[in-house]
Amino acid sequence: MSTVELIATILGGLTVGSALMVVLSTHPVRSVLFLILTFFMISANYIMLNAQFIAIVNIIVYAGAIMVLFLFVLMLLNLSKDTEPKTSVLMKISAAIAGGVLATVLVAALKDAAFETIENADNTIGLVEQLGMLLFDKYVLPFEVSSILFISAMVGAVLLSKKEKQIID
Amino acid sequence: MSIQQLLPLLLLFPLIGAFINGTAGKKLPKIVAGSLATLMTFVSFLIALTIFLNLDQPVRSLLFTMIDIDSLHLDAALYADNLSMWMTLIITGVGSLIHLFSMGYMSHDKGYYKFFTYLNLFIFSMLILVLGSNYFMLFFGWEGVGICSYLLIGFHYDDEQKGLLNGLAARKAFIMNRIGDLGLLIGLFLMLLSFGTLEYEQVSRMVLVDKILPNGNMLFAITICLFIGATGKSAQIPLFTWLPDAMAGPTPVSALIHAATMVTAGIFLVVRSNYLFHYAPFTREIILYIGLATSIVAAFIALRQNDIKKVLAYSTVSQLGLIFVALGLEAYTTAIFHVTTHAFFKALLFLGSGSVIHAMSGEQDIRKMGGLKDKIRITHITFLIGTLAISGFPLFSGFYSKDEILGYAFGHSLTIYILLVISVTMTAIYMFRLYFVVFHGTFRDSKDVEHHVHESPLSMTLPLMVLAVLSVIGGVLNLPGIFLHGSGTHFLNNLLNKNVAGLDQIHNVHPDHTTTLILMGVAVAICLTTLFISSIVYKKKGSVPSEDAQLSAWETFSNKKMYWDELYDILFVKPIEWFSKVFYTIVDSFILSGIIEGVVRTVAFSGDIVRKWQTGKVNSYILWMVFGIIGFITYYLIKL
Amino acid sequence: MEGTLLNSGVSLQFYIILATIIFCIGVLGVMIRRNAIIILMCVELMLNAVNLLMVAFSNYHGKGDGQIFVFFIMVVAAAEATVGLSILVLLYRNRKTVDIGLFNKLKD
Repeated sequence: MSTVELIATILGGLTVGSALMVVLSTHPVRSVLFLILTFFMISANYIMLNAQFIAIVNIIVYAGAIMVLFLFVLMLLNLSKDTEPKTSVLMKISAAIAGGVLATVLVAALKDAAFETIENADNTIGLVEQLGMLLFDKYVLPFEVSSILFISAMVGAVLLSKKEKQIID
Repeated sequence: MSIQQLLPLLLLFPLIGAFINGTAGKKLPKIVAGSLATLMTFVSFLIALTIFLNLDQPVRSLLFTMIDIDSLHLDAALYADNLSMWMTLIITGVGSLIHLFSMGYMSHDKGYYKFFTYLNLFIFSMLILVLGSNYFMLFFGWEGVGICSYLLIGFHYDDEQKGLLNGLAARKAFIMNRIGDLGLLIGLFLMLLSFGTLEYEQVSRMVLVDKILPNGNMLFAITICLFIGATGKSAQIPLFTWLPDAMAGPTPVSALIHAATMVTAGIFLVVRSNYLFHYAPFTREIILYIGLATSIVAAFIALRQNDIKKVLAYSTVSQLGLIFVALGLEAYTTAIFHVTTHAFFKALLFLGSGSVIHAMSGEQDIRKMGGLKDKIRITHITFLIGTLAISGFPLFSGFYSKDEILGYAFGHSLTIYILLVISVTMTAIYMFRLYFVVFHGTFRDSKDVEHHVHESPLSMTLPLMVLAVLSVIGGVLNLPGIFLHGSGTHFLNNLLNKNVAGLDQIHNVHPDHTTTLILMGVAVAICLTTLFISSIVYKKKGSVPSEDAQLSAWETFSNKKMYWDELYDILFVKPIEWFSKVFYTIVDSFILSGIIEGVVRTVAFSGDIVRKWQTGKVNSYILWMVFGIIGFITYYLIKL
Repeated sequence: MEGTLLNSGVSLQFYIILATIIFCIGVLGVMIRRNAIIILMCVELMLNAVNLLMVAFSNYHGKGDGQIFVFFIMVVAAAEATVGLSILVLLYRNRKTVDIGLFNKLKD
């Protein structure tokens, strides 16, 4: 096992472990913190994969923005206490079985996805320059459209959380 | 406009009338609704007259193609030759008069607009029946008049006392006609099978010109099936019992549908297919004897009926039987002649009876009438003319047409002639009995009713007078040769022989003049004798039909309609009821219910189980979704 | 590690398995947790698993397109988190709970 493989394996183990802790922690705030840790791990994996820009963006957007939003909402709703009711054991067992079987099946389906190694791959694709060229050239239209998505999401969020009493039932 | 263009118009007007009255009639004033319907029919009559006068060759007018597939081509087309135009004239002519009569007769009815809708619809259907260019169109019209007849017989279905009976009568007529219709339909299918077409023109050309005929059995099957259809519509044994019951409908309906027009549909069918019947002698034999039996049986039953309309109904059946005898003898033009005169005088008699009933405030029992001759003069005189015409009084229309039939019967066989004479004699007897009992003697109902007796309004008496005139002079249409030599005689004969397929190829042996004279003499003698005897019995002695309990054996037999209904009840209704009961208890309530309830229980049971899956919790739904995804992926993995 | 090597020296299969496991942990979380916010977080986890796979394939093919897709997925995830969280806030305001075990209106 080469050094790179060793590092990758350790990183992978840490990623899976922190992801598991997200699900298994009973305290919501702890879950959030573990999720942030998971994102850092995944960013490390991105760096392993020569995707430096995505790694940084992942930390900025996910860990920095989205997870802070989650944490903020948790605090706002005063849900930081460990108040979640227990799910039934039967449900837990069947969920675990389902998850395990799903993982097995997915791996079985995906493991042959690669056929050959592509030689002379460019190591610099993950750099911001390369991605910027691609994003503002080939994917400029989706990029612009995504701004509309953001606008509508923003409007939706404002509309939904307005102070007026809204009846859901 | 050419005849091709006029023909659809002929049909269109009654349809428009029916449409307007059927949709907006409720809001229209009565006078408008009635006049509209009458006018539409009359316009049709005028168009028919125009076409009739300008018709040299048979004309076919295509409306649209109904079915066009590999082996079958069906057109909705109209076909005018002298036969169909003659029938059209009768239908629209008599129809207009009866529409006019109805305006007065139905004036107090709340379903006024509905009545005229049905009447116009009937005229439309009947026109399709006679004007259609193929047997399929005929079938359309055939069913159309059937449904109109049903609607009109049961017109007063909501009557408090007799509503149920009216409904039952309508149902009976409908079901009995269905039996006949089935025969007709099978006949049409067989015809399609053996000729490959239902067009009159093509079938007649194949039979008459190309001499392509199906084999004897097939031809027999076709003709007998057509005849079964005819027995249903034209009320012949064994399917005749609906017609007397059909008198439950309003009287103008009885006059128009159940005497003058619809019941002649069967006769029209046979005349139209004469070339087929020509090659099926056995069927003709059957027609002859069925007609004969019907004529005698119905006349016998009519002898002791006490309902004024029932007498006329059985009289109609009897006359139709007489016409079928003519058909059996291949005297088609004579049959149409008698259809024509019969339409005149029977419509007259029915309308007259309607006028009488109107005067009697709805009473139909002749035992309660009497002495009406001075109270309702016009009705009396016209009714008398009708009676004389149907009884074959010399120089009245019935005399000529009936005499022709008797003449042909005499030429065929003496036995049939004698049996027909018996039937004709009975006709005269019951008609004079009816006339004298109703119009002579003393009034037998309560003073209250007597006080109300009044002559009908002009809209009712006018048709009576017109029909009376026609009943008198109707004989002119087909004067026998002995009266006038040369032109003017046999007008209808010549007319129908001119361009109606098949009729010109039939050469009947006409009795010679001496025989004709002798036969006429016999007929006149019979008529006068019965008139004389009846006037003594009912006028001089003033005897009144006795109550049911005092009737002698044969009178009861006649009064109870020879127990035909009871016979059918035992033969058909009871077994069917028994079968129904058996099927109900075994098949329906045991097997079918068992299966159905089993299905229900299974569904309910499985529903109970499956219901538990629907927890409403998102988690469990996702769980099942994941299982589903696993299933999918596994399936494709295995497949690969 | 056997299988196809990426240019970083680690096999593609390794990342496939890793991404699948993280994804399934996310699914598991959605199934067993009842706190709606945690469930939303698990959805983010699943999205990240997909991102990881995308980047791995991008590397394998030597093209940047996969990473652009990651970029867009992030965009969608951010929008989704915004709207999802505001819905949760609204729910909480009405029902004083975010326990989806109590939101069983789907049954009716």
